[in-house]
Amino acid sequence: MSTQNDGQQTAAAQSALAAGTPAPDFTLPSTPDQKLSLSEFRGSPVILAFYPADWSPVCGDQMALYNEVLPEFRRYGAYLLGISVDGAWCHSAYREHRNLHFSLLADFEPKGEVARKYGVYRKGEGVSDRALFVIDGEGVISWSYVSPIAVNPGADGILNALESLSAKKVAHGN
Amino acid sequence: MATSMKAKLAVPVNERDHIQGPADAPVTLVEYGDFECPYCAAAHVIVKKVREIMGDQFRFVFRHFPLTQIHPHAEAAAEASEAAGAQGQFWAMHDVLYENQPMLDSAHLLLFAEELGLEIKKFVRELQDEVYRERVRGDFLSGVRSGVNGTPAFFINGVRYDGSWDLAPLVEALASAARTSQESPV
Repeated sequence: MSTQNDGQQTAAAQSALAAGTPAPDFTLPSTPDQKLSLSEFRGSPVILAFYPADWSPVCGDQMALYNEVLPEFRRYGAYLLGISVDGAWCHSAYREHRNLHFSLLADFEPKGEVARKYGVYRKGEGVSDRALFVIDGEGVISWSYVSPIAVNPGADGILNALESLSAKKVAHGN
Repeated sequence: MATSMKAKLAVPVNERDHIQGPADAPVTLVEYGDFECPYCAAAHVIVKKVREIMGDQFRFVFRHFPLTQIHPHAEAAAEASEAAGAQGQFWAMHDVLYENQPMLDSAHLLLFAEELGLEIKKFVRELQDEVYRERVRGDFLSGVRSGVNGTPAFFINGVRYDGSWDLAPLVEALASAARTSQESPV
């Protein structure tokens, strides 16, 4: 994979909300007729996966990979939410086509508002970065990462973050 | 991690792996692959040629990384290769699966098993009992831990290889890794 986007990555990584920051709450459509708020997940870790667009190529596809890893995320009690600026109908067609077992949120109106709040909106292209946030049960960001936009960041970083979250929990005796 | 540019193999090559080539070869290529992935089928042809070119200098390891939700036959194919492996025919089945990729339904899996001369009762029973499901999932998770983000994913002497896997650049990368390991043996 190329490293040609490293410059952009650095710029985006600088603006993305960092570990220790309270995760901004939001309410977004998860289906054409249902909405979902981040605060509903309080008490459980949440993985927010911002990605540029539905319908990217299949074999190296980030959402397809997360779909497979989902049981591992659940082992840590974590919920996965995908977010892009695509509309709810687009998401629902995409979810059905790819057989995805997690929610895709439509950051569609006002366009990219949540991505902006998290510091991962790409103005020029009008899409979000490929950015990951792991949020702990108290609603604080415990890990974030911005990938070069063409590079699927994999799931190892997320699993490491969830692992250290659960280690912390054990250390604190709760 | 995939989150750094030089991801390392989280689980080193071990006796559980399917290995082709000598243990003391100076270069080992580990592939995470999916029998239903067209890019993997293309890579299979390349890797075969690499073996012809590099001979004893080259060791190849295959681990499963089925994307089961987009490739409906990938999991069964992976388990079929393991069932064949239990009867000493992993690599034969591996090759047959890649070379017949459009035909990975259960009837064909059975046909392939027959053609390879496997004991069919045992093969069928093991597939029905999902004897190898955990093994396949274990490979998959070791890949996830190594930052594998799609298939095929290659590691050369334990380090992620993100370059082109066309024949010439792949052979060059492997030869260069072989030289490095021969200069400073681990």
